[in-house]
Amino acid sequence: MGLGMTWLVLDRLGLTESGVCIINDVTLKVGAGRTAILGPNGAGKSTLLRLMHGLLRPSDGCQHWPQAFTQGMVFQRPVMLRTTALANVEYGLKLRGVNPHDRRQRAVEALVRVGLPAIADRPARRLSGGEQQRVALARAWALEPQVLFLDEPTASLDPASSREVERIIREIAASGTRIVMTTHNLGQARRIAEEVIFIDSGRVLEQSPVEEFFTRPRHAAAQRFLEEETP
Amino acid sequence: MGEIATSLVLAGELVATGDERLAAIVMLSLQVSFSATLIACLIGMPLGALLAVGRFPGRRALIVLFNGLMGLPPVVVGLLVYLLLSRAGPLGPFGLLFTPAAMIIAQTVLIVPIVAALARQTIEDEWREYREQLRSLGASRLRSAMTLLWDGRFSLTTSGLAGFGRAIAEVGAVMIVGGNIDGVTRVMTTTIALETSKGDLPLALALGLILIAVVLAVNTAAFVLRQWAEKRWG
Ligand SMILES: Nc1ncnc2c1ncn2[C@@H]1O[C@H](COP(=O)(O)OP(=O)(O)OP(=O)(O)O)[C@@H](O)[C@H]1O
Ligand SMILES: [Mg+2]
Repeated sequence: MGLGMTWLVLDRLGLTESGVCIINDVTLKVGAGRTAILGPNGAGKSTLLRLMHGLLRPSDGCQHWPQAFTQGMVFQRPVMLRTTALANVEYGLKLRGVNPHDRRQRAVEALVRVGLPAIADRPARRLSGGEQQRVALARAWALEPQVLFLDEPTASLDPASSREVERIIREIAASGTRIVMTTHNLGQARRIAEEVIFIDSGRVLEQSPVEEFFTRPRHAAAQRFLEEETP
Repeated sequence: MGEIATSLVLAGELVATGDERLAAIVMLSLQVSFSATLIACLIGMPLGALLAVGRFPGRRALIVLFNGLMGLPPVVVGLLVYLLLSRAGPLGPFGLLFTPAAMIIAQTVLIVPIVAALARQTIEDEWREYREQLRSLGASRLRSAMTLLWDGRFSLTTSGLAGFGRAIAEVGAVMIVGGNIDGVTRVMTTTIALETSKGDLPLALALGLILIAVVLAVNTAAFVLRQWAEKRWG
């Protein structure tokens, strides 16, 4: 799954919301197994993910999936249903018509993979932020999507939880799922991603392999961003 | 002042001795209004969910309509149901007029808009929060509506309660379609109206107190349930 095997093409994609241009003329080929979208607050990272995932309809341009891939997304603030953690993981499987027995088994396995078998029967909304984030990952993972979009998966987590979530993301990627994630944690992007897409003010300014981006950023805004964000 | 005190004492005695006539009236009231509330919830809550989540022409108009119908005058509902159920009416052959069934129908019609409109608000708030997540997981709009109904089950008690409160307290609709027949269709509110006009204040007052107690008890139970649920499920 190296670079070049393009699985998503964005062609002059734009999104204008009440007169404000949020995504501006984005043309991209996504081919990496693990892509990180970086950029300052308000750059349009979450919006771009939503567009890719099909939650928003572009006002200009189009996107093209060379092959029809199954997709999932984990949101920055995971939304848990008012039921147990296990039933939350089962929900997506239920929507796909998986029978109750297999459903339960796959949901339990997913919870085990994110290291949370012990909280299966706890009310999901009563779990800590980090635990909810992992249940959300399990819920998405249980569906075995070919592409998984992650919006700041560790934004409000402590270092230990962040490391655990990073481990899970790497494992999801290892299982063959393509990852596209946004993050403000540069170390995390460097540890996980193969390729970086840098955006600012709704425009893609740079798309580079991860080492190249961090050692020799081409765009001046990317250089500034790295200088400011690096402690 | 003295009359009120005497009436209060007599009312207390009626309740304390478990007066049979009084008990029958209270029971019928509860049966009619609980049945109407149950049916109205079964109709109004899914309706509210579809209004919140659905996308179809006329949705906005329907929302405005249901909001408006929340204020339906009970006597008008009574009159409409009377016309439907009267011998010459379309439902005349069933012979329901002046039976408890007619009263249940009238109260159901009265409170379906209340339940639906309030449920719509509750579900719409949930929908805002859940929308993208549910869509990402692959839920259709119809499926989302069902999920939100289940997920919002405890918040939805509020809309059911509002309906029940309205049903048990109204007098106009049940009076018209029930006819206030002693031992058959006489409920708390119609008895209070009748006894007051006849000057039998103790019975009227006793019923009034019981009516208030019932409404308070039901609301308290629902409140406790909701508190527990919020603590348990978040
Ligand atoms: N529905 C909307 N209507 C108007 N403006 C919007 C809408 N959604 C997003 N925006 C604006 O678009 C810009 C990009 O938002 P977005 O959430 O994609 O940024 P982001 O890069 O994810 O930022 P952050 O790092 O803070 O998460 C912001 O300025 C935001 O205010
Ligand atoms: Mg964002």
